Amino acid sequence: MQMADTGKKIKEPLFHIVRRDNIVWWKAWIIRLLAILAALVFCGIVSFLLTKENPLRIYSVMFDGAFGTKRRVWSLAQNVAMLLCVSVAVAPAFKMRFWNVGGEGQVLAGGLASAACMILFGDSLPSAVLLIVMLIASILAGAIWAVIPAIFRARWNTNETLFTLMMNYIAIQLVSFFAYKWSVPKGSGQVGIINRTSHAGWLPVIGDMEYLLNIIIVLVLTVIMYVYLKYSKQGYEIAVVGESEKTAKYIGISVRKVILRTMIISGAICGLAGLLLVAGTDHTISRETAAGRGFTAIMVTWMAKFNPFFMVLTSLLIVFLEKGATEISTAFELNESFSEIITGIIIFFIIGCEFFIQYRVVFREKEAA
Amino acid sequence: MKKLISRLTTILLVATLVLGCMTGCGNSNDSKTGNNSGSGETKTSSDIKIGLICLHDENSTYDLNFINSVQEVKKKLGLSDDQVIIKKNIPESNECREAAFDLADRGCNVIFADSFGHEPYILEAAAKYPDVQFCHSTGTLAHTEKKSNFHDAFSSIYEGRYLAGIAAGMKLNEMIQSGKITAEQAVIGYVGAYTYAEVISGYTSFYLGAKSVCPTVTMKVQFTGSWYDETAEKEAATKLISDGCVLISQHADSMGAPTACENAGVPNISYNGSTVDACPNTFIVSSRIDWAPYYEYVIKSVMEGKELAYDWVGTLADGSVKLTAVNTKAAAAGTQEAIDKAAEDLKAGKIHVFDTNNFTVGGKKLDSYMADVDTDDKYTPDTEVIKDGYFHESEYRSAPYFDLRIDGITTLNEMF
Repeated sequence: MQMADTGKKIKEPLFHIVRRDNIVWWKAWIIRLLAILAALVFCGIVSFLLTKENPLRIYSVMFDGAFGTKRRVWSLAQNVAMLLCVSVAVAPAFKMRFWNVGGEGQVLAGGLASAACMILFGDSLPSAVLLIVMLIASILAGAIWAVIPAIFRARWNTNETLFTLMMNYIAIQLVSFFAYKWSVPKGSGQVGIINRTSHAGWLPVIGDMEYLLNIIIVLVLTVIMYVYLKYSKQGYEIAVVGESEKTAKYIGISVRKVILRTMIISGAICGLAGLLLVAGTDHTISRETAAGRGFTAIMVTWMAKFNPFFMVLTSLLIVFLEKGATEISTAFELNESFSEIITGIIIFFIIGCEFFIQYRVVFREKEAA
Repeated sequence: MKKLISRLTTILLVATLVLGCMTGCGNSNDSKTGNNSGSGETKTSSDIKIGLICLHDENSTYDLNFINSVQEVKKKLGLSDDQVIIKKNIPESNECREAAFDLADRGCNVIFADSFGHEPYILEAAAKYPDVQFCHSTGTLAHTEKKSNFHDAFSSIYEGRYLAGIAAGMKLNEMIQSGKITAEQAVIGYVGAYTYAEVISGYTSFYLGAKSVCPTVTMKVQFTGSWYDETAEKEAATKLISDGCVLISQHADSMGAPTACENAGVPNISYNGSTVDACPNTFIVSSRIDWAPYYEYVIKSVMEGKELAYDWVGTLADGSVKLTAVNTKAAAAGTQEAIDKAAEDLKAGKIHVFDTNNFTVGGKKLDSYMADVDTDDKYTPDTEVIKDGYFHESEYRSAPYFDLRIDGITTLNEMF
């Protein structure tokens, strides 16, 4: 009763936030579109104030940098495929609310395993056998790198965020060590292109479309992951564990088993991404091979709400922004930091708009007399 | 169901857009269409278009040195802004090859790359674009690959290091004379990137320069395992200082070591360019490679339709090896004069940096050494490099190959 009395005296705020029950899909997309438009306008103002360049020119340069020539489109597609691959890999873990920030290290472990096979067996194994050995080795390496923190989490409930993060540093140092050991010329710390003349262990090229095989493999993986997460029993278990471990236990799901299994899958795909990078793209190994994709992938999966098909869009967006941003810094002789500011603003708007998709703002109605 | 259809439509829409672009946008960029065929054909300066691929951006002293050189040549030859394209932050991966392709697509007839790890990708780009000249800095493959459009270049920076070493020796002498240290305490600390010939050649020539004026000097080297790691370089310098080193120099690209020296008040000999603005009290002098003479040579040769050297070595005499102005606030008196005299002697061939009379390996003087000049993954020694009483550095290949561990220098960590 007291509550009701005081309640009357409290002034109703100008607006308040209400959770939406369900939003029609096209409304959600209109909100997203508006967010991108708003971001572009805001970026336009910022870039004009900072550089005095015409914002429309900046955008056209960005677009040109990403799509300007056939080669750039291919390079974009290749980069999207690689980011998507790592995103598809970490998606099941995140859906399970297992904070796998170790994608970077798992990719490197896979890449290091492929590179090791290429260097050690490049001369001795026939290329088909070599490729199979590399495939197994890289998948295994990625899976092992992911399952170690999973075991600790499942058994002793350790913090997986810190653990997977630390595993990244170990992987990076291991790669540094081997990059030095295998360096040519001696001591340079650079492995250089492996099997430059024999091409042993290089992924085959379809026609003259250099990255096509990578792209196809990743697209197939994306479809499989979609089906796995949405329609399989294991996918359902992942969703339940993600929502609430207690519920999962209550309905008889072995949380421990799900964590281990999911992390093995996650790590295995990361390992495969390492193979695609080392054998299908760079043909070398260095600590830069994963190029931060293990971390960017986290953003990609969250923005796409763990839906592998949406990840195609979100990774396209991020790679587009990266490529466009690099082009801006080349064309206007600006520092890379400027393009990072632009990218940051756009991503902020996009993530921010999800708030307005989940909640709506209700303004204070005129008080009834 | 409705949801699924909507998702599929969006994806299809994007896919068609992307595919449309792949097939539509790419006309007129075929790799063979360039009209810039190598030798014999002359060009005016308006036909020239230069591309530069940098590993980092202006924040790295190493890359800044290249960017400045290109800008200098651009100004000198009167090239316009759209005749020079600089791509920064290009990693040593497939991205480098894509960057080179993209520059060639944009009509560049000369493409420079600035990092050792760019080399194999530049070599691939050169094979794909035979009409474009690719010039790579500090590579080891051009003299054996012998491709008419793929070139390596470096300079006899060991001479510059030697001269900088003289400035270090003079400073040590000053400290000894003033009683600040004893002759035995004249220990130099050196922060190196890797145990790579370029680094070894650099610190050894620096040490020999110092030793030529201060005979009791010794040196400690700490490696960081990275060409650019500000924290590690700073830590290495700090560690050396606490180990009793009274003067520091470095071969790594960040401001880590100079900053540590300024903070500790320890004199520093820099590399790649002057760091006097950030370190006004401790900076003595810096050696650097000036790439402008090479870039000018390349561009002029392309204009005149002349063949380029596979492997080009710049020298003190042609202005490729330079020393910055001496900071009189930190340097010992008479440093500039001593440097100038030694530079004249080096140019005239009166003295040689790696004179075998001036160093020993394992207590012995060397009269023969086979170096790995033609790069292979077994590191096979293939060339006799000691003749006429000195080690012939950067003569059989531009990139350094001096990798001897001479007496008087202690390496503290060998992992890298």
